[in-house]
Amino acid sequence: MSENEDIIKVEGLTKIFNHSLVAVDHIDFSVKQGEIFGFLGPNGAGKTTTIGMLITILKPTEGAASVLGNDIAKQSLEVRRSIGVVPQEYTADEDLTGYENILLCADLYGIPRSISKKRALDLLKLVELTDFKDKRVQTYSGGMRRRLELACGLINRPRVLFLDEPTLGLDVQTREATWNYVKTLKKEFGMTLFLTTHYLEEADALCDRIAIIDHGKIVVIGTPTDLKDSLGGDIITVAIQKDVDITDLISRIEHVKEVKKENGSYFIKSANGEITAPLIIEALRKGGQVVTKLSLTKPTLNEVYLQYTGKSMRDAEESRENVFRQRMTMQRARR
Amino acid sequence: MSEENKISRNRLHGLWALTNRDLKKWYQNPIVFLIGIIQPILWLALLGKAMNMSSIIPAGIPGLNPSMIIAKTFGTPDYFSFMAMGMVAFTTVFTSAFVGISLVFDRRLGFMNKVLSTPVSRSVILISKVISASIRSVFQAAIVMVIAYIMELRLGTNFSVFSVFGVFAMVFLIGFGLSSLFTSITLRTTRMETPQAIFNLVTLPLMFASSAYFPIQNMPWWLQDIANVNPISYTIDGVRRLMIFSDGYGPLLKDFAFVGLFAVVVTGICIVLSWRYLNK
Repeated sequence: MSENEDIIKVEGLTKIFNHSLVAVDHIDFSVKQGEIFGFLGPNGAGKTTTIGMLITILKPTEGAASVLGNDIAKQSLEVRRSIGVVPQEYTADEDLTGYENILLCADLYGIPRSISKKRALDLLKLVELTDFKDKRVQTYSGGMRRRLELACGLINRPRVLFLDEPTLGLDVQTREATWNYVKTLKKEFGMTLFLTTHYLEEADALCDRIAIIDHGKIVVIGTPTDLKDSLGGDIITVAIQKDVDITDLISRIEHVKEVKKENGSYFIKSANGEITAPLIIEALRKGGQVVTKLSLTKPTLNEVYLQYTGKSMRDAEESRENVFRQRMTMQRARR
Repeated sequence: MSEENKISRNRLHGLWALTNRDLKKWYQNPIVFLIGIIQPILWLALLGKAMNMSSIIPAGIPGLNPSMIIAKTFGTPDYFSFMAMGMVAFTTVFTSAFVGISLVFDRRLGFMNKVLSTPVSRSVILISKVISASIRSVFQAAIVMVIAYIMELRLGTNFSVFSVFGVFAMVFLIGFGLSSLFTSITLRTTRMETPQAIFNLVTLPLMFASSAYFPIQNMPWWLQDIANVNPISYTIDGVRRLMIFSDGYGPLLKDFAFVGLFAVVVTGICIVLSWRYLNK
């Protein structure tokens, strides 16, 4: 397989449960070598269902997809051999130690003990669990469990790793630490990563490209920067001492796209706020005005989400099973 | 040879790893382990000893020999021995039914999805559960036999050291069949209530429409018909023949054949269902 070939290729992929519930609705996308690709959307948008089909535990109703050149429906065994999976849930066995858990994962991939013992120790070192390797998972904190899941997902040296809600239920610090592990995988091993999340910050901090998914459909795909830029850029808010109209003056400044006056303040849209803001101050001073207030707001993914779906992130209807699993995950994460 | 070439392409890989995981959950949990021992003691002590059949036949009537009547009805001079050997086979039903619950648990905790995403064969996932339940059944059967022996089990003249291994083989077979059955039923279930309800529904007829507590020949004809196709009856008959009967092995081979056939057929069905239904 050449460098430029798509690691994951999805065409018209659809999943309908019980002939009525459309969970994933004709989606198309592709993931390139070495990329962190994120599926962003609220609970119930179809993220986990998509990942389920790609890792061959759900059968697609329609459409096709290939992972590393293998068709997910026809060559599912090849797909399973070549991918790593870090599920949303904490699947490690509580009664076993961290080390034993990784060895169990290795056995499931048919890796002989002569190889897996060494690999398990290397992976435990990578996720900084070496000191806890002989402790039962019962005693692990949420962050440690997440790292153990990550290690398990890497035991077969996959070229592509699937992460379903990698930081569900974790606190902010642990979440950032987990992001760093994920980034390391990309940087040091050139691994391709596909992840789902309903945390906007996570998608922003981790992903090279994001697909926003809502009601089973992909609404938009792009890099976080492109998506934010598509909103028209930064917003600069300016207020001046005197009650005179300066709209024309500001409009003439470089990079300014749009000026709106509201409640005595001017809202200025600019593609590059950092450069524009000093220019505005300069222009106003030359024009004899005194600036009393100035602020710069960068658009966030939240605004992007709002723009493309027409609503804020909200929770859609969820199946009983998923709700239970998520609750279990959250409970364990907080221990 | 590179590391990648050493990776097993054997379709049975992961079987022992998964079986061992289930077994570990059992023997590393002292409470579960202890209950597994206490339960048969209760059954044997409460039911086995309370139902003192020989006491209901008045002694001293000329021409009426209580122990002969008991021996004629139950094939052994005391009811306790009869019933205890029924229990040996019957603990298998309880142990096998647990498979359903463990399967639902694995599904709900996400472990099943994790395993399904690995190259482990779908049938291996289920058969590992079946094997671990069968091994537990054999262990449970051994405990019941030891307890029964302590409570004065009367061994028949058929008994030899090999009988014990015969019983283990019999229990392993029925355990295989029954846990395959329960696995097949709960294959797609995600609700905890389902395996419990099914278990309650199935155990009663399995228990009483068999020779566990009463000899089949004394049952009404319709119940006899049911009991005669109940694999538990054959298991129990085999166990009794090996342990407490004194009139030769007789249809022992038939007992083994019937239970063996049951195990093979149900396990076959279970494997076929796993290919079709384990992935949603």
